[in-house]
Amino acid sequence: MDAFLQLTVSGLANGMVYALIAVGFVVIYKASDVINFAQGDLLLLGAYLTFTFVALADLPWTVGVVVAVVVAAAVGLVIERLVLRPLIGEPVISMIMATIGLSSILRALVSAIWGPRPRRFEPFLPSGELRVGGAVLGLDRLSVIGIAAVLLLLLALFFRYTREGIAMRAIADDQQAALSMGISIRRVLAVAWVFAAATAAIGGAMLASLVGVGPDIGHVGLRVFPVVILGGLDSIGGAVVGGAIIGLLEAYTAGYVGHGLNLIVPFLVLIVVLMVKPYGLFGKPVIERV
Amino acid sequence: MRSGTYFTSYRADLALRRMPLEKLRLWLFAAVVVAFPFFASPYWLNLANQITIATIGAIGLNILVGYTGQISLGQGAFLAVGAYSAGILTARLGVPFWLAIPIAALLTAAVGLLFGLPSLRLKGLYLAIATIAAQQIVEWVITHWTALTGGTEALVVPSPVLFGVRLDRDFNFYWVGAASAALTALVAANLFRSRVGRAFVAVRDQDIAASALGVDVFRTKLLAFAVSSFFVGFAGALLANYRTIVTWERFTIETSILYLAMIIIGGLGTINGSFFGAALLVLLPALITNVGRSLQGVAPQVAQLLPYAQQAVFGLVIILFLVLEPQGLAKLWRNVKDYFRLWPFAY
Repeated sequence: MDAFLQLTVSGLANGMVYALIAVGFVVIYKASDVINFAQGDLLLLGAYLTFTFVALADLPWTVGVVVAVVVAAAVGLVIERLVLRPLIGEPVISMIMATIGLSSILRALVSAIWGPRPRRFEPFLPSGELRVGGAVLGLDRLSVIGIAAVLLLLLALFFRYTREGIAMRAIADDQQAALSMGISIRRVLAVAWVFAAATAAIGGAMLASLVGVGPDIGHVGLRVFPVVILGGLDSIGGAVVGGAIIGLLEAYTAGYVGHGLNLIVPFLVLIVVLMVKPYGLFGKPVIERV
Repeated sequence: MRSGTYFTSYRADLALRRMPLEKLRLWLFAAVVVAFPFFASPYWLNLANQITIATIGAIGLNILVGYTGQISLGQGAFLAVGAYSAGILTARLGVPFWLAIPIAALLTAAVGLLFGLPSLRLKGLYLAIATIAAQQIVEWVITHWTALTGGTEALVVPSPVLFGVRLDRDFNFYWVGAASAALTALVAANLFRSRVGRAFVAVRDQDIAASALGVDVFRTKLLAFAVSSFFVGFAGALLANYRTIVTWERFTIETSILYLAMIIIGGLGTINGSFFGAALLVLLPALITNVGRSLQGVAPQVAQLLPYAQQAVFGLVIILFLVLEPQGLAKLWRNVKDYFRLWPFAY
């Protein structure tokens, strides 16, 4: 039971990081039908920016993280302007390949600026332990869960009630109708990329505090696919639920089964979900009429 | 100057190379290919061998992505299946090289068929994501099924022997590689003049219209997966025999992306584009490495950034092509041909 509780907390913490990346991914998909392969690299960038502002510039961690997220959001804006906007109207595979090219450039830049080796980074999240019965729960993981939950809630409120949020949902629902209502698709696409970069940066900051910074943490980006497929490619709530489920599943497999099986369990889930329920738990089915 | 095409027989109209100029170009190209190894240094021969193998893999991927419109990020996995099956067949079971390669290609086709099954229910991006899963699962199986593949250790393959000639030198292997690439290009070019190949293109352009015309969409997609994987497995098997060492690091998702980049840069849905793209993406890193080496003495700081420059240039080339010439090098080549064909008139 104690082991179960510990696994749950660490799985949920990872799952919340996945959820944060997945939300950015879903926002971009909803706004433009683009699968963003650079999401993991945006996370990488966010982690290194956090490292720069918190460890190198010695800012208090709250300020440092906020500055890092703002810088990452600015990078997202630049990316949208330079790479994605010229491709509006091109086939989807072009846009996907563009994000793949982008991923390669971002990774190269990060290694060129900060070096190819992992850097020492003192965790900034509280490092104490909480004992519940016999289980030892890391305060850092608990705070990741807490912070992520609050952020995701705020995001949900944003999409529900603000003008920008409603515009984004309108574009996702029906591009032409939204355009004829005077919604600017360019503006929405820009906001989507700012969002994706910012949420990925927050995820990166948390991951940096949990496991440290190194070029490898960008690989988390691939884990986002099982998450979004499970939750439904176009569902923000689905991304959160999917993130939690995949995180927990990984933790339980690592704890109870072993053999490195936790590395591919998410992808096995992905295949099964695709075969059984292709639009995921909360995705909107696409119905084709001839 | 030519004013039009006037054929008096169907045979002439259906030929792969119809114009005298096209035939001339083909013969010239063939002559260059045959003469090349007698003049080239081992360094260039090595690059040429990499290009021929990459061309086969790129044509295979292009059949699936460019012609049938099914985005695949599982190329690395299929290459790995081809390479490991060829390696295991020759190294462990003693199957001769010329027999191991087709068996490996067939095995890869079977695996491709398996991972094409989700296309029963999935389309477009969803299928692309399913191929990512294929990539991850195959990678995991290779690194964890130690008894069969050697796990993370390298699998050593004996250097191949054909007609009593050991193919351990670049010069000798070149002929096998070039012949295989030529054969692959010929088969692929003819495939798209047949009913099956036309069905691939129909599925790409409009799957609903295709099924209304009597094309079984699911079967066609599955077949595309199988044919594509066959050639990719062929490339993988050649790679194993060329390098004589197989390690899983060469077949990660980075490889999948590299091959996707090849066909995008070369031109989706073109055979010659597959060759152009493969050649460019083999030569570009080599070029950058050479530039870096010559900079070593002059500006060591710049030379240090080299590995990152390689990665960044790779990404940059993809994006530039997508923005400036989405139809790739094949389109550029067509522009050049058109310019000279119509010269001195622009239209």
